[in-house]
Amino acid sequence: MAKAKVARKSTAIDMTPMVDLAFLLLTFFMLTTKFKPQEAVEILIPSSIAQTPLPATDVMIISVSKDGRVFFGVDSKHTREATIRRIMEKYNLDLSPDDINTFSIMPQVGLPISAIPQWLKAKPAERDKILQTAPGIPCDSSNNELGDWIVASRMSNTQLRIAIKGDVDSPYPIIKKVIDTLQDRNINKFNLITGKEAQEIIDTSKL
Amino acid sequence: MAAEVGGDSGGKKGGKKGRKKSKIPRIDMTPLVDLGFLLLTFFILTTTMSTPTTMPVVVPPKIKENQKDQVDPPKIQESRLMTILLGKEDRVYFFIGNGQDEKKPPEMQLTGFSKSGKGIRQAIINQIKAVRENPLIAENDKNIMILIKPMDDSKYKNMVDILDEMNILQQKNYALIPASPVELEMVKKYNEQAGIQN
Repeated sequence: MAKAKVARKSTAIDMTPMVDLAFLLLTFFMLTTKFKPQEAVEILIPSSIAQTPLPATDVMIISVSKDGRVFFGVDSKHTREATIRRIMEKYNLDLSPDDINTFSIMPQVGLPISAIPQWLKAKPAERDKILQTAPGIPCDSSNNELGDWIVASRMSNTQLRIAIKGDVDSPYPIIKKVIDTLQDRNINKFNLITGKEAQEIIDTSKL
Repeated sequence: MAAEVGGDSGGKKGGKKGRKKSKIPRIDMTPLVDLGFLLLTFFILTTTMSTPTTMPVVVPPKIKENQKDQVDPPKIQESRLMTILLGKEDRVYFFIGNGQDEKKPPEMQLTGFSKSGKGIRQAIINQIKAVRENPLIAENDKNIMILIKPMDDSKYKNMVDILDEMNILQQKNYALIPASPVELEMVKKYNEQAGIQN
């Protein structure tokens, strides 16, 4: 009796649809992705039930790191350039057009103003290093440079909204100093940057 | 695997002699696919899906040093007031009233941010109910006023959490102000009595 021949089927699978899908996803992620701006220090933000997303433009972000250092950043290149020009005028800094250009591409500042020229004249790699170990912007009542930064950037872009980005573990006294700085300049309305949390509202009138 | 384009996928080499096979160029797509997936993984991992949100905060304007005499602090019935002090290690102290009268120290309680029955949320709810049921408070004054006083050893997170509680409980009447020396002393005393180290 002849053995029944089992036709040997090729195990090859057509991968084309999978590849198509993979590239579709790849395209999607490539187009939607928005890289996090380079930040001097890592900040772990607390979460809240607030649902309003942070606007992408016209924001001034005052960051407070875990160890209480204060950093300042505004979003557009144009605003940064105008801001540094005002600061330069006020503090009589010696900055070349090149330095101003360098400043306008730096997302954050975290140095006393007197250290700015040296920082801008440093090599790019060194500049990042300086910023990472920077002492932060002084914001004591006696020497409040943060206030000058806020005023200078506000004058450069009147649409700026102010946001405070604090770390979960930032000590409260530093946050208070920042809020006091804002209040001293008649800014009584600002935002706190938080992570999203499930919205939860308890209607106390019905309890 | 058939990650290839063109050609017949079978491996029949050297079939019939003399038959000229029309050669369709075959491209091995494997490296392309590899690269595709590599990039895909990269973008999936680096993409930030959670966009940060913002919590609006409005603080009362500061009273300038030279105007201090002209401005009277608003008078609020003590039983409507609730003072919340934020301390070290997420501790929350609270009492009813403003606690400025040293002869009659209010009863201070210690709680935390837990959402269960004993947290600050429940304490605020209790106060809301107490005010509503208090016959001594006028009907049109039934809302409570909360004074939030973060102390120097509290963290930024505590402040955000308590403001978040205000939003959750839809309380509009609150103020963020520094703790007075009387209150700091009260907290110190409370910690000593309760045996809390620093």
